[in-house]
Amino acid sequence: MKLHKFKQMGMNIVIDVNSGAIHVVDDIVYDVLDYYKNLSLDEIINKLQTKYNKEQLEEAYDEIRQLEEEGMLYTEDPYKNIILNDNGPSYIKAMCLNIAHDCNLKCKYCFASEGDYKGERKLMSAEVGKKAIDFVIENAGPRRNVEIDLFGGEPLMNFKVVKEIVEYARQREKETGKNIRFTITTNATLLTDEIMDFIDENMGNVVLSIDGRKEVNDNIRIRYDGTGTFDDILPKIKKMVEKRKDGKQYYVRGTFTRENLDFYNDVMMLADEGFKEISIEPVVLEDKHPLSLREEDLETIYEQYDKLAEEIVRREKEGKGFKFYHFNIDVNGGPCVYKRISGCGAGYEYVAVTPDGDIYPCHQFVGNEDFKLGNVFTGIENNELIKTFKNGHIYNKPKCMECWARFYCSGGCQANNYSFNKDIHIPYELGCKMMKKRVECAIAIKAKLMEE
Amino acid sequence: MKHIKTINMGALKNSIAKPGCKECANSCQSACKTSCTVANLECENR
Ligand code: SF4
Ligand code: SF4
Repeated sequence: MKLHKFKQMGMNIVIDVNSGAIHVVDDIVYDVLDYYKNLSLDEIINKLQTKYNKEQLEEAYDEIRQLEEEGMLYTEDPYKNIILNDNGPSYIKAMCLNIAHDCNLKCKYCFASEGDYKGERKLMSAEVGKKAIDFVIENAGPRRNVEIDLFGGEPLMNFKVVKEIVEYARQREKETGKNIRFTITTNATLLTDEIMDFIDENMGNVVLSIDGRKEVNDNIRIRYDGTGTFDDILPKIKKMVEKRKDGKQYYVRGTFTRENLDFYNDVMMLADEGFKEISIEPVVLEDKHPLSLREEDLETIYEQYDKLAEEIVRREKEGKGFKFYHFNIDVNGGPCVYKRISGCGAGYEYVAVTPDGDIYPCHQFVGNEDFKLGNVFTGIENNELIKTFKNGHIYNKPKCMECWARFYCSGGCQANNYSFNKDIHIPYELGCKMMKKRVECAIAIKAKLMEE
Repeated sequence: MKHIKTINMGALKNSIAKPGCKECANSCQSACKTSCTVANLECENR
């Protein structure tokens, strides 16, 4: 597919898939585009003459042709060979450290089955953590920027080791000239002043989980005794965010499920609490799970995204804007095409490490023995699997090659693809539909804000 | 142009000229991480 067009917020938007060009067009061009590639100008005039006059149609046709000649409409894909010819080595430069396979909450949708990843409850030792740092530094080769994600379960259940790992990484940074950037993802229940100061100082990004409105959050994000966490975490999250001065990153993030399909209200609740970086994302669960999103929920979900996009434009114009993570598409910049065609990097640039030091393609594959890549003490054992993941890019995913959103999405989530279709190359369709809707919204927001 | 307003000339195609240094951040789409779509990453080599 070379072109995608859609209507939103009173605009007709056209995306030239392969060049990334974006146009806002009038109704005439919008209609002519339906026939442009298959019919001659005379035939198009014939088809549309009841709606528009001949002169208008000729003008529209001409403008389309001009943009086509300038490489901004119906562009061919010039990238394929870049990736197919890329036989160079790949470097593991990002790592998810599962600091704790344990959690003090039991959120009802947790993919890690309440933190233990269906295994034993276990904390990572400092020894394993340090070995993992050594592993990633070694394997990052020439890459200078290294990312470490402190994850769980709940990583703050093992704060002592977090501190040791960070300290060790700082020392290794000096020795090796790498730039190690930490992110921590936490449910916020265990945040104390001491921990917050540590996080603020040492983390490049902190991801704080809350699902939005109290009744929504407390229905899902619960303790072992069944009580909700909202009243406990909201003040802590606020305090943590207040510390993030000077453009230091944070995200306040939640998940929506079948029980809050009106998640627009949860985003707004978080925005009204003063948070500027917000993400509320669709839960991914198998169909039979009571909280799972299903095909029949899509209409409602689309409506919510539309409403959110309009509200974001409104608030932005009033100078009260906030960022919704999935709408933050940088239409003018963003990563280069090399990155966009290579996807999330799971399994060859990014890996996850368990408390035992076992290495998996990403946190979502942890515990599935078929996907074990090796161990930080003994190194990579399954190089074939690394190759499979490296080749798991859009050009090897037939559905993605027909999809207009491929350079925004880069081929979806390998883990979701695998869990729904038992093949990383077959996209998880419900996810695709929501992804495409979000990309449309993101582009419409940009277009709308540029319009005035 | 009278009928078409171009708001982006095709940043994607132009980025082919970039070195493809792969120093940019990792991007994960899953709902439990920082979970960005690749298109909102920042380039480390502007
Ligand atoms: S994963 Fe789905 S949305 Fe993403 S590029 Fe492939 S087909 Fe398109
Ligand atoms: S496979 Fe999915 S969950 Fe894993 S890193 Fe990629 S996008 Fe994220």
